[in-house]
Amino acid sequence: MAKYILKRVLMAVITLFIVICLTFFLMNAIPGNPWLSEKTPSQATIDALNEKYGLDQPVIVQLGKYLGNILQGEFGDSIKMQKDRPVLDIITTMFPISAKIGIIAIVWAILVGVPLGCLAAYKRGTWVDSLLRVICTIGISMPGFVVATILLQIFTGGIEGFKILPTVFDGSWQSYVLPCAALGFYPMCYLSRQTRTAMLDSINQEYIKTARAKGLRNKKIIFKHALRNALIPVITYLGPQIAFTLCGGFVVEQVFSIPGLGRYFVQSIQSRDYPIIMGTTIFLAAFIIVMNLVVDLLYKLVDPRINLSKGGN
Amino acid sequence: MAEKRKKVLGSLQPDIEDILDWNKLPEDAFQPASAEEKESFIQDRKSVSYWKDAWRRLRRNKVAMVAMVIVILLGLFAFVGPLIVPYSYDEVIPGANNLHPWHYSLEDQEELAAAQDPEMAIELARAEAEAEGRELSRIEEAQIRAQVKSGGDVDELRAELGIKPKLFGYTNDELQRIADGEFVFPHVFGCDMQGRDIMVRTMIGTRVSMIVGICCALIVLVIGAIYGSISGYCGGKVDAVMQRIVEIIYTIPEVLIILLLGATLKPILENFQNSGDGFLQNMVTILGPNLIAIFIAFGLLYWVTMSRIIRGQILQLKQQEYVTAARALGAKGGRIIKRHLLPNCVGQIVTTTFLQIPSAIFTESFLSFLGMGVSAPMTSLGSMCSDGLSGLQSYPYRLFIPAIILSILILCLNLFGDGLRDALDPRLKK
Repeated sequence: MAKYILKRVLMAVITLFIVICLTFFLMNAIPGNPWLSEKTPSQATIDALNEKYGLDQPVIVQLGKYLGNILQGEFGDSIKMQKDRPVLDIITTMFPISAKIGIIAIVWAILVGVPLGCLAAYKRGTWVDSLLRVICTIGISMPGFVVATILLQIFTGGIEGFKILPTVFDGSWQSYVLPCAALGFYPMCYLSRQTRTAMLDSINQEYIKTARAKGLRNKKIIFKHALRNALIPVITYLGPQIAFTLCGGFVVEQVFSIPGLGRYFVQSIQSRDYPIIMGTTIFLAAFIIVMNLVVDLLYKLVDPRINLSKGGN
Repeated sequence: MAEKRKKVLGSLQPDIEDILDWNKLPEDAFQPASAEEKESFIQDRKSVSYWKDAWRRLRRNKVAMVAMVIVILLGLFAFVGPLIVPYSYDEVIPGANNLHPWHYSLEDQEELAAAQDPEMAIELARAEAEAEGRELSRIEEAQIRAQVKSGGDVDELRAELGIKPKLFGYTNDELQRIADGEFVFPHVFGCDMQGRDIMVRTMIGTRVSMIVGICCALIVLVIGAIYGSISGYCGGKVDAVMQRIVEIIYTIPEVLIILLLGATLKPILENFQNSGDGFLQNMVTILGPNLIAIFIAFGLLYWVTMSRIIRGQILQLKQQEYVTAARALGAKGGRIIKRHLLPNCVGQIVTTTFLQIPSAIFTESFLSFLGMGVSAPMTSLGSMCSDGLSGLQSYPYRLFIPAIILSILILCLNLFGDGLRDALDPRLKK
């Protein structure tokens, strides 16, 4: 077990290192230097500035310095969006809003998606199953912004007398409803499809036959014996889903004008505020990689059939 | 006979004569076959190839067939449509700013203008009063005047007058030309803020989305197939190293990398674009930095699933006898992969490649919506949705037309891909 965890953590660290290097080199490849303005400073000034900020050193040394700074939580300052405000400060004030919406979305997606998948498998071949399948297939084919704008249109005054939710995000609980609903819709459909497949898979296993032969009631077989094993593969999908929900947040925050990190990230790309782009990319990447790692380790813990002493599979 | 058997059972010595007896051939076993015998070997049914078999199964799948027809129709819409419609995607039609996809005929417009004009309304009322045999009082006149001025709600007025909108959008200029007997192609979906025909833009947008999807799928196919087959065929240490690389790439968040690439490639490519006038520079100008970022990201990150699937297939297939036979005949690795292994996992390859198309379209629309897609005035379905978002309350169709087409396109590609998988996967053969 320890060996497996060590291996996974090492992989995560390497991945993060690659992302940081990629970010660093891409930013370095951008033509021009930070001292260009209307008044071109003299060569001596440029040299002095370069020396001050360590830009005269080889790229590798700069990369090492940058890595060291990141480890200390030093992402630099914003250069355009909010001049001279530390990037880390921006991230720590904006990320909680995004995270709150993301967590609510993924929780409702699990709470609704998994039971719906069970229901579809339980009622396999009936109209309930077909209806759920149609809804879920449509759900995973609609880009997030389509779902978001449809909800926006319906619930904020598109239909007469139906304006029950606020259009603008103001932090009240009502303004959380639509973004969370829009963000959780895709994972909900996805999870319910996966649950259905996994349930049907486990229903055909031998131990279900045994349970049936024992004379257990159908409900007990489905929800006690089949569901437990069906949930194991479903957990694996959670890792990528978390990443997807986080990135889907970019769109939802844009549509509902939520002052979260996602919208800010997109705005910083449009206004080319490179320290913010770098900092946010690395922060979000680290978050996604860590979440993936946690889900992966949980998966191995939950499934007792996997033999970890041999270093996993 | 019975005695003989007993003897065999009793001793461990095989009875050679008996065994020879089992394989006894008739005297004429090596005679050339007669014409009749040859006849019976000729098949009277056509042989069913792999693809024919798959096509037969696919045809029975109604959902997949309907999805295929819709995809073909959308393809025609995207590729043939712009040839029929006489407008181009960046053409600004004079006076067509914010044109709705419906119009009011010139007569109706005149009637409306009359109803909005107080003098005309008073005149009408006067005529009415005269018919009743009385005169219109000044107070009544003032009332009418105030009513017409304050009751500025055009929609209510239209409903009162019984004016109904007619299908398709025309500018007044175009309506005049129609009245003069000219044929004017309607703006079926109306026009956008700058007066560009939305239908043509939707067509071009669909085309861009489809091309991006197909190109990304091809990139994934080539890289994934090569990587996966080498990893699977070589096995051992090579495989272990290559799989570690795949695992690392698997955990890199793709969308972030695409956004990052888009943001940083823009200035780099702009610099490159201005550096000269070669073929590559022109390509960059046509594609735009964001599309190139998408392609690079697909080439860097998205091929891992494909390579895993192909590796798994190859690992199974390389144990087969025909591969051993090929190796015994002295075939090299590259030839075995190309001629024997890849053709045998073609079903998986086709399905995975095909399902990559909707996922690429999905990603592209997501990026375009965030304003990181194709560069203006080019358009794609995602960027049209993004444009439509600003006027959502007054012009909802501007967002919903491309959004619906995009959703239908992805849905049908997904459904057809699922059908394709069922048809091509031999494990599901009944």
